[in-house]
Amino acid sequence: MTSARTLYDKHIDSHTVCRLDDQGHVLLYIDRQVINEYTSPQAFSGLREARRGVWRASTALAVVDHVNPTAPNRVAAMPDAGGARQVSYLAENCRDFGIELLDILDKRQGIEHVIAPEQGFILPGMVIAAGDSHTTTYGALGAFGFGIGTSEIEHLLASQTLVYKRLKSLRVTVDGALAPGLTSKDVIMALIGRIGASGATGYAIEFCGSTIDALSVEARMTICNMAVEAGARGAFMAPDEKVFAYLKDKPRAPKGALWEQAVEQWRALHSDADAQFDREVSLDASSLEPMVTWGTSPDQASPIGARVPDPQDVSDLILRQDMRRALNYMGLAAGMALSDIVISHAFIGSCTNARIEDLRDAASVVRGKRVAGHVRAMIVPGSTEVRNQAEAEGLAAIFIDAGFEWRQSGCSMCLAMNDDVLAPGDRCASSTNRNFEGRQGAGARTHLMSPAMVAAAAITGRLTDIRHFGDRP
Amino acid sequence: MSLQPFTRVSGKAAPMLAANIDTDVIMPKQFLKGIDRTGLDRGLFFDLRFLTDGQPNPGFVLNQPAWQGASFMVVGPNFGCGSSREHAVWGLKQMGIRALIGSSFAGIFYDNCQRNGVLLITLDEPLLQRFGRVVSQPEGAQISVDLQAQEIRLHDGELIPFEIDTLRKTALLLGLDAIGSTLQRSDQIKAFERQHLAANPWLS
Repeated sequence: MTSARTLYDKHIDSHTVCRLDDQGHVLLYIDRQVINEYTSPQAFSGLREARRGVWRASTALAVVDHVNPTAPNRVAAMPDAGGARQVSYLAENCRDFGIELLDILDKRQGIEHVIAPEQGFILPGMVIAAGDSHTTTYGALGAFGFGIGTSEIEHLLASQTLVYKRLKSLRVTVDGALAPGLTSKDVIMALIGRIGASGATGYAIEFCGSTIDALSVEARMTICNMAVEAGARGAFMAPDEKVFAYLKDKPRAPKGALWEQAVEQWRALHSDADAQFDREVSLDASSLEPMVTWGTSPDQASPIGARVPDPQDVSDLILRQDMRRALNYMGLAAGMALSDIVISHAFIGSCTNARIEDLRDAASVVRGKRVAGHVRAMIVPGSTEVRNQAEAEGLAAIFIDAGFEWRQSGCSMCLAMNDDVLAPGDRCASSTNRNFEGRQGAGARTHLMSPAMVAAAAITGRLTDIRHFGDRP
Repeated sequence: MSLQPFTRVSGKAAPMLAANIDTDVIMPKQFLKGIDRTGLDRGLFFDLRFLTDGQPNPGFVLNQPAWQGASFMVVGPNFGCGSSREHAVWGLKQMGIRALIGSSFAGIFYDNCQRNGVLLITLDEPLLQRFGRVVSQPEGAQISVDLQAQEIRLHDGELIPFEIDTLRKTALLLGLDAIGSTLQRSDQIKAFERQHLAANPWLS
């Protein structure tokens, strides 16, 4: 057995309470969890019924994000009975079990994967599990995050651990400079398109390479966030100086001598030079073009200059049937230019792409322009802090002047659990993470892309190549 | 909470062989607003099972006489991808589904099934395709699954063996309460925690 270890090995080894068998199962200690109102209620009820307590309440942070409205005037009350019940039960659970809650009127409220890094709740070297699949986001900070279901939330609350099976390791090396107008969203969408929606199932991904090094911490979060759309149960990057600079002075980050000690230790968080990965994939970022999805799975994506593919060209019978079904749902004909697809809605939001840098990108595209007359365009900031910062920087005014709705924070139309729902047949350019059937509303059609691409589509009213956007009258 | 043990189950197997059936399709958003686990059988595959007027869609497999009341589903690759919502598994269970047989499952969904006593059987793709064709014929829909023996028995008596980790198998056979089992190791967890927090004091 070699002593060289991957970053994933180091995280799992340092959090293993004990091995449970010789088939890879361990009892894994979890440092932090983030709790929301919709996947946690039955976990707390389970604890209550079994008369169990919470192992270490200070390691959990709760926030309301999935069901709340995003209307510009924020009020505490939920408009629907179900959402109201979930929010009040979360408050009751947090009170009874001693867990800190950022409720809807808290200035720190926002989408869990935006606020947890923002508050310094997530630190390099941590293992985090939470009842939301996009918990992989935290990999951008050199932490290992993964999504779990409600039964596992209950297990984690009760024991601070999970019964965990070790994954295989996949290294994705991304090298080269991104062309102007391209973002980390295009990198991860291209990767998913290449390896498929289950291309990383059973793996933890470590991203590396010059492209990743050059990205900001927020841009890296977009990549780790969406890695789950390739099936990865965790995706991360070795923490570097950018990560330490990002975290320093965050409210919950360690301070003073403790900070120095932590950073010293975090510098060792990288794969050993001769560590072996179970699989390797490399991607040339310099050859990428802006990506958009045309189907109902995140891997059904193409460069914006391409045409809607023809199922006839696909030899695999299952893939061909899936493509037919997807194009039928999407109301698209094979051979149509993607840039001819006319939209009715534009949505910038979600834990994938609603951080301050995303809003700056989008604002630079729409500054001084107007949303197309037939398009309803919305901005839902990733957190209340992002919203406040965007207002302070003048971004909100740019959006409002261009005809965007400037809304409050929440998950919103990414999954449409609140009242931000599309109608059947609506077609949305969206900075979110899933283009599943019915995701943004029954019968609604989603095209995933970067925030800058959504902004351009909102202005022209159709899917638009951001690289040529300025050329248009 | 102890689970219904899974030993040997016989019933119909309904085919649903499209790839990437996600948890939004399995349990749409309008059924996620509860604080308990009940009533989710209604929401299962809602947009596929029901027409816009609320009537059952006769084209959907679970509405067809040959597969109505199925105990198993034979599913396409990457079944259960997407959202972590365990409501998808609760819905399947409430519809009477005891096991899913497929070529690959999404990770979170896999764990959610295990924690609810729903057996997931993974077969290689060619075998799964052949199996899917068999149960797609009404006369081939009846199967039985023996977890102890790790065998699926087809209508004509053919036996298909399958693999499963011992740990998962034992938990399913006995219907074990996972939390109770883990908490028997409380002292070990406490000892680990003391040492972990001492080595990483900023985690305290």
